[in-house]
Amino acid sequence: MAYLSCPVPRPATDRILLAHGGGGRLTNQLIESVFLPAFSNAALDSRHDGAMLSTNGARLAMTTDTYVVQPLIFPGGTIGDLAVNGTVNDLAMCGARPFALSAGFVLEEGLSMETLRTIVASMAKAARVAEVPIVTGDTKVVDKGKGDQLFVNTAGIGVLVAPNPVAPESIRPGDAVLVSGDLGAHGIAILSVREGLNFEGVVYSDTAPLWPAVEALFEAGIEVHCLRDLTRGGLSSALNEIASVAQLRINVEETLIPVSDGVRGACELLGLDPLYVANEGRFVAFVRENNANRALEILRSQTVSAGALRIGTVHENPSGIVILRTRVGGNRVLDMLSGEQLPRIC
Amino acid sequence: MKFLDEYRDCAAVQQMAQAIRRCTTRPWTLMEVCGGQTHTIVKTGLQDLLPEEITLVHGPGCPVCVTPLAMIDRAIAIAQLPGVILCSFGDMLRVPGSTESLFDAKASGADVRIVYSPLDVLHLARSNPKREVVFFAVGFETTAPANAMAIWQAAREGIQNMSMLVSHVLVPPAMEAILSSPDCRVQAFLAAGHVCVVMGFEEYVPISQKYRVPIVVTGFEPLDLLEGVRMAVAQLESGRFEVENQYVRAVHGSGNRRAQERIAEVFEVTQRAWRGIGEIPSSGLRVREAYRRFDAESRFVIEIGRAEESSECIAGLVLQGLRKPYDCPAFGTRCTPDTPLGAPMVSSEGACAAYFHFGRHNKDGIPIVSSAASGN
Repeated sequence: MAYLSCPVPRPATDRILLAHGGGGRLTNQLIESVFLPAFSNAALDSRHDGAMLSTNGARLAMTTDTYVVQPLIFPGGTIGDLAVNGTVNDLAMCGARPFALSAGFVLEEGLSMETLRTIVASMAKAARVAEVPIVTGDTKVVDKGKGDQLFVNTAGIGVLVAPNPVAPESIRPGDAVLVSGDLGAHGIAILSVREGLNFEGVVYSDTAPLWPAVEALFEAGIEVHCLRDLTRGGLSSALNEIASVAQLRINVEETLIPVSDGVRGACELLGLDPLYVANEGRFVAFVRENNANRALEILRSQTVSAGALRIGTVHENPSGIVILRTRVGGNRVLDMLSGEQLPRIC
Repeated sequence: MKFLDEYRDCAAVQQMAQAIRRCTTRPWTLMEVCGGQTHTIVKTGLQDLLPEEITLVHGPGCPVCVTPLAMIDRAIAIAQLPGVILCSFGDMLRVPGSTESLFDAKASGADVRIVYSPLDVLHLARSNPKREVVFFAVGFETTAPANAMAIWQAAREGIQNMSMLVSHVLVPPAMEAILSSPDCRVQAFLAAGHVCVVMGFEEYVPISQKYRVPIVVTGFEPLDLLEGVRMAVAQLESGRFEVENQYVRAVHGSGNRRAQERIAEVFEVTQRAWRGIGEIPSSGLRVREAYRRFDAESRFVIEIGRAEESSECIAGLVLQGLRKPYDCPAFGTRCTPDTPLGAPMVSSEGACAAYFHFGRHNKDGIPIVSSAASGN
């Protein structure tokens, strides 16, 4: 029998792959090898959801995000909702009240005016709900075929409300790990309307502004150490990034992680893991152990985080990994996604 | 969720693990054949629950892992032809060929798409009548009926612009190849439940008798796998070697006759090369003469260079359960899920990718990896 060995292919670093945008390890490599060396400064190097800045006594947060989702309109929202809520949420994750947003549009020649109006109306509504004005903007039009209907960028400035830095470095062993609700709805809502996939039950995106829930925690004096919204790469990527920066071990219990039956069913069918699926209205909060129960009560009193649960605990350990105790009582490393999550064959 | 939660119930799983501990008196090496089973074992941490005496080795049943290099090179070459849409299942696109993967080809401008069903390929062909739509059909007996169905349907509808690059493989010849190796250390098999849903398990009886090896047809949920282990260990402990069926809720002895008929109508058995194992006689499927116009290999005549394999990677030995991924000099350094040198590092079903995660466990010093996972 001939023993086969593996080839040594050309490493995929000489051009951009889709996986570089997946939010997993390749995205991190791109940031570390291209952007950080070029732009390095203290605010950027902290690699939080937004930059925390101070000037003349004012404590500010600033963030930006670009949205390229297809389809533009999906169950539970539009690209416009995402663009407003996403940036509001990145500010909230710094512990900042959103103060003002910008919006930049790249429109493809031929885009229907009705679609544009629908998306802009949803942005206006989302901004009203989040109580933040869109104060400046920009529009560019590209030739047909040079864009995918519409891309939108938003940037936001927020006023820091958190008394202490909200960042992975602030986490301590013993901290409680809370999630604000059931996971995976946004990613499955998008997948469910992509070509060729039709589910019987409709799963709606969870897109929502998270600031009200975060503000309630600060107003109640909860000692919040770190916040992270669970967007690209889902819960697993967020926990891994945090564990790696904090150099601590995060243990979570699979049975405590909330996933709706609709999302679970779709994930089972498609061979996806809901812990890696994107959310647009969910976050993880690390709070001091003896604040955990009160924090949960407060979160549950807010609509956007009514399904909050404690899923785990932070432990002393320099390895910076995430351990999942599975439903059947085994343990495994909950690893960061490598590139895109791909459906398995069997 | 019905039909899932029952088989993931913690108390039932712990009870089954206890039953395995009770009946195990000696070390035994079992191979789970299917990559889907490996995936469950890794994902649920099942190795933790087994007694030290039980070693699970991961078999060759990962479709992307055994698809030969030359076939991937051919798929890439077809994808690069003008007017072609090449589709396959997701995992396949990341597997490296001699110089690049299908994802790399996509980044360079080829139209490469992920599909969830071969019938989606028909839809693509209908809605793109001026394009050549090619499906890279990999997998075992499990995916063969749907692929055969797509070709059969295309013939019925008179679709002209659809074809398949077929790299189908069959499980029983691979099990025989492993058993006939002089280095074989597998003492019992957990056969792939979903393959048996289609094919039944009668063809395993002669293998079990010839090699005196217990074969237990096993499902994919944690409780299924532990019950499969318990049944295999019970046979080993009592000196029996029979074919038993753990996956009774899905598998019947003779399988799904209609699916088998559809496969037999469209495909015929042929010799296939298995990446990691080599040529195995009568171990694959190819398109029959009557459907040859749907065979991408004859439709697109392409000369590809000889696919060179490096001598460094030991995927072949890993796929046969002879070596552990740890034994590879490139493991975890030059070969990681981000930069896979070989297919078993690509798929979540691949043994190397699974061990990459276990390795990080070890470094953390948590006694998660039982002797079953940490080697000999």
